[in-house]
Amino acid sequence: MAKKILLIEDEAALQKTMGDALGASGYTVLQALDGEIGLRLALSEKPDLILLDLIMPHKTGFEVLTELKQNPATENLPVIVLTNLESMDNIEKALAAGAVTYLVKANYSLQDILTKIEQALKP
Amino acid sequence: MLEKRTIIQQINPIYPCRKYEVSLWQCPQFLFLIMGGIIIGAIIAAWFVASAKISDPAIVTLIVLIVGATSLIISFIITSSFERLAAASRLKTEFIGIVSHQLRAPLTNLRFSLDLLLSENTEQAKRDPKEYFVILQENTKRMGVLIDNLLTISKLESGQLPLDKKLVSLTEAVSSLTAKSQPFAMASQVRIITNFQPDLGKVLVDPFWLDQIITNLLDNAIRYSHGNGQIDINVQRKGKNILLVIKDQGVGIPKEEQKFIFEKFFRSANALKQQTDGSGLGLYIVKKFIELLGGKIWFRSIADKGTTFYFSLPEVK
Repeated sequence: MAKKILLIEDEAALQKTMGDALGASGYTVLQALDGEIGLRLALSEKPDLILLDLIMPHKTGFEVLTELKQNPATENLPVIVLTNLESMDNIEKALAAGAVTYLVKANYSLQDILTKIEQALKP
Repeated sequence: MLEKRTIIQQINPIYPCRKYEVSLWQCPQFLFLIMGGIIIGAIIAAWFVASAKISDPAIVTLIVLIVGATSLIISFIITSSFERLAAASRLKTEFIGIVSHQLRAPLTNLRFSLDLLLSENTEQAKRDPKEYFVILQENTKRMGVLIDNLLTISKLESGQLPLDKKLVSLTEAVSSLTAKSQPFAMASQVRIITNFQPDLGKVLVDPFWLDQIITNLLDNAIRYSHGNGQIDINVQRKGKNILLVIKDQGVGIPKEEQKFIFEKFFRSANALKQQTDGSGLGLYIVKKFIELLGGKIWFRSIADKGTTFYFSLPEVK
């Protein structure tokens, strides 16, 4: 069965490109344009992996990550932080909060990101 | 663990040096410690020297006091000038961090769209590539606007922006810009209503920048209005000035954020909810320009009810 990936990202253009790339690689894509909707979908849809932006309206990525890790239903869900915010503080904070990895969007091609997703999904 | 670390940080006098990201010798807190040592040394040395040469204890005390006070003043001047330097250096680092983040967002969109257009296994790209081209077009434009804004700010801050001042009718400027904004307003289901006091004098401004200021305020009013809202624009005389009032019924600015609204890169949470690709530079530039043109800008706002911007420029009759 196709793996489900939840993409929490407020940029419509990025939802389109990432969504198409994930779809073309055979994943089922769930999309959320802000943190609050993202959190709701994470609970109701039980995705296999979450791609999470940090700066978003309603709830920031950090808040979403903390809430996911506090909830027993979602604490084991792998979360990849996908942002353009590059600072040691943020990277440390995200990894300490339980993110699998931290990717600076502009530094990777879509193919690189797909490879990272594949690695994170391996049992 | 974390608590222990915080306590150590609090009693370590040179811990704040880390936040300035400068070398130890440029860090005000560290310099303060060194200066303290020098002052104590100077006072002790002054006492030894003075008491060996002078027998009157009152004069010895006076000399020690003068040496102590002088070194205190010198060290205060040195430390505070380094404090300013260190703060400026930190601001610069923060500024570069924010700008690179702002440029990376459109850059990522360009990169991913190109990846898809060039990849051979994406059906979507072959079937309907136009959407990716639209992303390319919008994001190149977005980068251009950001760079223009940054250059304007840099020129404004260094005082190198030449102004070509002319006598302009504020009423005419507002009515022509309102007409230009009509399509955007209609698409956003917002009505614009203008009200001009007759027989107003002119204002002495650079017409290009006056247009930019009004367009920016009008654009914000439309953008952050709820659909079906109304924008009232008034131009009237107030004392020796001409006052422009732009009142919207939009999302408003939460009270705790109002003091930051004219700051560089600041974006209100309510603005973020509506639209997330602004740069946070518009109002900063608007304020700088109005002040440069000899005017004033201020606003009143209630969250979820709307915002009214006021700006005044001296009237020339």
